[in-house]
Amino acid sequence: MAVRAGAEAPTVTGSPADRGIALDVHDLRMRYGSTDVLTGVSFTARRGEVLVLLGPNGAGKTTTIEILEGFRMRSAGRVEVLGVDPARGDERWRARLGVVLQSWRDHSRWRVRELLTHLGSFYAPYSADQIRRPWDVEELIEVVGLTEHVDKRVGQLSGGQRRRVDVAIGIVGRPEVLFLDEPTAGFDPAARREFHDLVHRLTDIDDTTILLTTHDLDEAEKLADRILILAGGRIIASGSADELSRRISVDAEVRWSRGGARFVHSTSDATAFVRELLAQHGEEIADLEVRRASLEDTYMALVHEYESGRAGSAARAFEEVAG
Amino acid sequence: MTPTVNPLFVAARAGLSRGRIELRQGFTNAETLWGYFFPSVILLVVMFFLRDSRVPGTDFSLGAQTLPSTLGMTVAFGGLVSMASTLVIEREDGTLLRAKATPNGMLGYLISKITMISGMTLVSVALLLVPGLFLFDGLTLSPGAWVTLVWVLLIGMVATMPIGAVLGSLLSNPRNMALVMLPVMGLIATSGIFYPITALPGWLQGLAQVFPIYWLGLGMRSALLPGAMAAVEIGESWRHLETLLVLGGWAAAGLVLAPVVLRRMARRESGSSVAARREKALQRVT
Repeated sequence: MAVRAGAEAPTVTGSPADRGIALDVHDLRMRYGSTDVLTGVSFTARRGEVLVLLGPNGAGKTTTIEILEGFRMRSAGRVEVLGVDPARGDERWRARLGVVLQSWRDHSRWRVRELLTHLGSFYAPYSADQIRRPWDVEELIEVVGLTEHVDKRVGQLSGGQRRRVDVAIGIVGRPEVLFLDEPTAGFDPAARREFHDLVHRLTDIDDTTILLTTHDLDEAEKLADRILILAGGRIIASGSADELSRRISVDAEVRWSRGGARFVHSTSDATAFVRELLAQHGEEIADLEVRRASLEDTYMALVHEYESGRAGSAARAFEEVAG
Repeated sequence: MTPTVNPLFVAARAGLSRGRIELRQGFTNAETLWGYFFPSVILLVVMFFLRDSRVPGTDFSLGAQTLPSTLGMTVAFGGLVSMASTLVIEREDGTLLRAKATPNGMLGYLISKITMISGMTLVSVALLLVPGLFLFDGLTLSPGAWVTLVWVLLIGMVATMPIGAVLGSLLSNPRNMALVMLPVMGLIATSGIFYPITALPGWLQGLAQVFPIYWLGLGMRSALLPGAMAAVEIGESWRHLETLLVLGGWAAAGLVLAPVVLRRMARRESGSSVAARREKALQRVT
């Protein structure tokens, strides 16, 4: 008989989803006609991670997120969301995702509670032992801060309140992965801040993986565990805001004044420089300020570096800052 | 063991409740109420002034003969125009995309629209029929009349709603609704709703008989008018078999075509396509 004894081949242990990877994108390409929008995007997201896709307009952020949502077919590459190819995702898969859409005037006659109860009911059959679906509507309304508006019609709400309804709809099914495409576009600073608090609350309550797009650097810095910078159809850099700053420039800027004169010095080791400065001049030093490159500096440098077609280190892009 | 609920069943039930909720919302909305009452009042007034005119070759009131025809027209109008416009409006405003982002949401959405349009059609029919029975003499409401009325109503809705959904899927934005409205209006004018079709040239009669509006009017007349009134119809008969065949044919064609067209339309929906339409719509407003 041809039955082989001995060591069996090691069993492959499940899909990436089982290993704690929620999003797995490899060499994603998208082409409309003769225009390449995405030219090889690769990234992964662990479960519970907040990923921000940052990039200039037309960089392909929306296209990327829509492919992951299963709303758009890709041209090439491998994409897995919760271990499933979005192009072949069924309704069971769909029930594990949340998509925050920009509302406009849809459902304007619906009352907030009524709408959330209705949309939530679709998720009930997909309830699991670990995740009870849908979210209890009263609890959800409290989480998104709509308690006072629960009996109002959606059409009567302010822009910021409507956006909360959008978020509530996105998370009513207790998604394992949540997609938000430019969630704060057109927000005033107060509404933006409230929205950021809401996202933080979400990641605290559930171990939700979040992918959001923005072109607001401040937003990316506040929300992201990891930032992916998308330019010209590919990811040109990724990391936390801090890592990105360090990667692009080791120089920090030290400013001080002494005897009425102001000084600026650019250095790779700010701590050592300041120590020496104080040792040398002691109490003569005033107005001391150490400033590391902000995410904005980093971002501008990276995009500029990309657009001017230069490879390698972008340290030189900071020459004028250090000047 | 936890009882397993069929998600499709849940979505269908949610769709029914959505249809009921939206129907109820219509009754507290001035615009929708206007949409219910305005056409009914206009039609009743027109028929009231026609009540002393006679159907050519008979001494039957033209107003009384028109009433059942307008019931048929109402069914067709609801299935074709209301269905198409609802779909195209809700595609533009993102309602459909929300359904797409919900598990089995498209099934629920479609069932809700069928429920809502059916409900609206029934209300519109009642708003014509009930006052009409008091205003006009000669209409019969025997048990047999009810049976005919119900089957014509049902097959009429099945024949028109899928076609309406197809038309709504093909239109790119609500500003193009005239592309549906105008042909439907033309068909109403040539389908013997307000005047016996036999007065029209033969080729127009032939054309009108291809479409469901004529047969809906005929079916409703056969339900509510005395049997003798069949004499003024084409072939001097109510032609129930032909009515069934033509409306059944439209129903079959619609039910085959609608899922294909709807699926294709839904597949193209995404956040950016809704945003692009919003942009376009807002540009027109300002």
